[in-house]
Amino acid sequence: MDLVLHIWRQAGPTDKGSFVRYEAKDISDHASFLEMLDILNERLTERGEEPIAIDSDCREGICGMCGVVIDRLPHGPQHGAATCQLHMRHFKDGDEIWIEPWRARAFPVVKDLVVDRYAFDRIMQAGGFVSVRTSAPQDANAILIPKEKADLAMDAAACIGCGACVAACPNASAMLFVSAKVSQLGLLPQGQPERRERVLRMLGRHDEEGFGMCSNYGECHAACPAEISLDFIARLNRDMFGAVATAVEL
Amino acid sequence: MDLDPKVPSGPIQDKWSKRKFELKLVNPANKRKYDIIVVGSGLAGASAAASLAELGYNVKCFCYQDSPRRAHSIAAQGGINAAKNYQNDGDSVWRLFFDTVKGGDFRSREASVYRLAEVSNSIIDQCVAQGVPFAREYGGLLDNRSFGGAQVSRTFYARGQTGQQLLLGAYSALAKQVGLGMVEMFTRAEMLDIVLVGGEARGIVVRDMVTGTISSHAAHAVVLATGGYSRVFFLSTNAMGCNVTAAWRAHRRGALFANPCFTQIHPTCIPTSGDYQSKLTLMSESLRNDGRIWVPAKTGETRPANDIPEGERDYYLERLYPSFGNLTPRDIASRRAKEVVDDGRGVGELKNGVYLDFRDAIQRLGKRVIEERYGNLFEMYERITGEDPYRVPMRIYPAPHYTMGGLWVDYNLESTTPGLFVLGEANFSDHGANRLGASALMQGLADGYFVIPYTIADYLVRVGPEKTDPADPAFGDTEREAKSRIAKLLGANGTRTVDSFHRELGQIVWDNCGMARSREGLENALREIPVLREKFWKEVMVPGSGEEFNQSLERAGRVADLMELAELMCRDALHREESAGGHFRVEHQTEEGEARRDDEGFAHVAAWEWAGPKAEHRLHKEPLEFEYVPLSQRSYK
Repeated sequence: MDLVLHIWRQAGPTDKGSFVRYEAKDISDHASFLEMLDILNERLTERGEEPIAIDSDCREGICGMCGVVIDRLPHGPQHGAATCQLHMRHFKDGDEIWIEPWRARAFPVVKDLVVDRYAFDRIMQAGGFVSVRTSAPQDANAILIPKEKADLAMDAAACIGCGACVAACPNASAMLFVSAKVSQLGLLPQGQPERRERVLRMLGRHDEEGFGMCSNYGECHAACPAEISLDFIARLNRDMFGAVATAVEL
Repeated sequence: MDLDPKVPSGPIQDKWSKRKFELKLVNPANKRKYDIIVVGSGLAGASAAASLAELGYNVKCFCYQDSPRRAHSIAAQGGINAAKNYQNDGDSVWRLFFDTVKGGDFRSREASVYRLAEVSNSIIDQCVAQGVPFAREYGGLLDNRSFGGAQVSRTFYARGQTGQQLLLGAYSALAKQVGLGMVEMFTRAEMLDIVLVGGEARGIVVRDMVTGTISSHAAHAVVLATGGYSRVFFLSTNAMGCNVTAAWRAHRRGALFANPCFTQIHPTCIPTSGDYQSKLTLMSESLRNDGRIWVPAKTGETRPANDIPEGERDYYLERLYPSFGNLTPRDIASRRAKEVVDDGRGVGELKNGVYLDFRDAIQRLGKRVIEERYGNLFEMYERITGEDPYRVPMRIYPAPHYTMGGLWVDYNLESTTPGLFVLGEANFSDHGANRLGASALMQGLADGYFVIPYTIADYLVRVGPEKTDPADPAFGDTEREAKSRIAKLLGANGTRTVDSFHRELGQIVWDNCGMARSREGLENALREIPVLREKFWKEVMVPGSGEEFNQSLERAGRVADLMELAELMCRDALHREESAGGHFRVEHQTEEGEARRDDEGFAHVAAWEWAGPKAEHRLHKEPLEFEYVPLSQRSYK
């Protein structure tokens, strides 16, 4: 198939950036979306032009490194899948496709389609853990966890940290991301001692990083490749109110 | 060259306890005087960095991704082995040790494997304490599943995302230490070289991938946990960024590289669909529990799969291995698939796959059961191929997946370069010639959580707390070399893209050093690779400059190192005149086409020493003795 691509080019964080039009001809519908861009980049390089900067690594939807906005949708039109899992058979000959980076104050553009998401790591550093040092503290089966709880914790833990939730949100809020970790650890007995402190620390960091507040649009869930449920944001809020109500000193 | 594995004396079950007691300790108040560099943030790197920081050392951790959470350990699907015997099915540390030595086709070091089995249980305890959501039974106990090469259920799992959950556990421990200021984290940072001072590892040279700045970092010791080198094949299940540069640069500075020809080809991946393909996707091995593997009986078959009558299908694994059938180990299943495809009986548009058919299982168990068991895998398959595996058989073909070879390390995980420790897939140590499923995660975490924190202390005590002088000329010299290499890549100003060279290299290595290897093919590759390498340095085109975010430049540096590794891999495969595990030499097979080991001639680790860019590698051997697991021929008939 032949396509017309409008791709965001931006030399660096301070550059203004703009869309540039490219033609991608003779693309197989078996190719993945990123392979289509690989082909374009090979052709640009051969023509002596600078290839488009784009992040990707595992290319099987689990590492969270890839992610671009395709026709206004983070990760494109396919539900529950990352950009790397999108294949060209979802497009047709002659399509015009608009490709741009995640846009959020907390995710500055590094170059072209690549953004800096280290703010997510700083939120995790603020409290996204159980404080246990390496030591094999007790036999694993000494902690019993009902299957339903373990499964629900796993649903939350499936977050791949790609940032699509932020890109999709009109407020550029990262509440879905925060809620996934807070819920996973809050559902498990191991996470209880630090439960209240964790939610306050992570949310505090979230706000400092410049992410917006949640106003329940639900766009984040619609864009999420791991299909993280909005219920976890409700859990997050409940934990937060609980923590504030008991006024833990930090 | 002194190739002393430093295995403690005494009975195997006491060796690790004995060694832990022999190793010197760093006084708690002195730990903060020591700096340790950890390169890589996968299971081995993240667990090591977190554990060392918890002890009080100053740690600097480097990864090429934008976050340590994205290291390729995250893509591991199946599970992690441990000898808990929670199922009461007769498992033990001894049995896990036996299975791993045997599964590795008797080419690993017994003492190291025993320790791996010994600490496996602690790993599960540690991960559960961190909040890793392993699968549970209704009563709340941990669940287990079975995996290839074992007769017990010892695999712990978190859906099909075990690697992700274990890595996020280690990452959260690391994140905590970063937050506390005990670990300084460097992301989008690529190690370009190692710095030796007085012959010992004292630092690294790193390129900031955003700004292009090249800088060096000094420390008391360096830990490499930089993964495997399957990307030498270009197409593999590895992530796009996986590379051998850190290990290879250390090798060029003196660390021996062991058994590079031991690579694992995973039998169930989705076949390539065209020449634009960038990577291969693995479909879990568990599918072979219910799927039946077949190809048309005659060549030139053009009918769709469902129109081919039963009598004209060849269920070749069931035919050749009546007792194991579709569940033969990875190396055998892969090789047989290659045989039938080479025979012209491959399926699909490009005739490059075999069928994995669920028709009979769906008839026997109903679609719902199959959906419950493999629903997400079927979805993933359909997403990639556009075909519905409930209606038409899947097409699969083997793909490079894991590398057992790596930098040589002794029992303390120290390479032949003092002060340089190597963990996880990057070292050669525990899997011999073939890795069993669910053992890679076990080894990465064993090395990082439970081995390196002990063994590195002994080295640190020996060198003392005096800081390495960052003004030592070794740093400046190494930096200059790294810069001139980059200048050379940028200055080649040729006409061919990096990827085109990488693809060509991959094809040579796949054709000659892939699933079946022959003297003729390997000699051929050893002629072709140096020619290609020379062409690469002359004709490669790397656009842009070194002082900016430049992905072509990153790839060029990695491909340059893979080209050198590829040659050593073929040389090693040529030297090993036997078939063992993933290394199948067509000259060395039984009449039935099975691998024939030569224990007289090749029960050794082949550790190669770099002798300079123009000279041939020098071979050193570490003899392997099998005191506890008697040497035997594997049989799956």
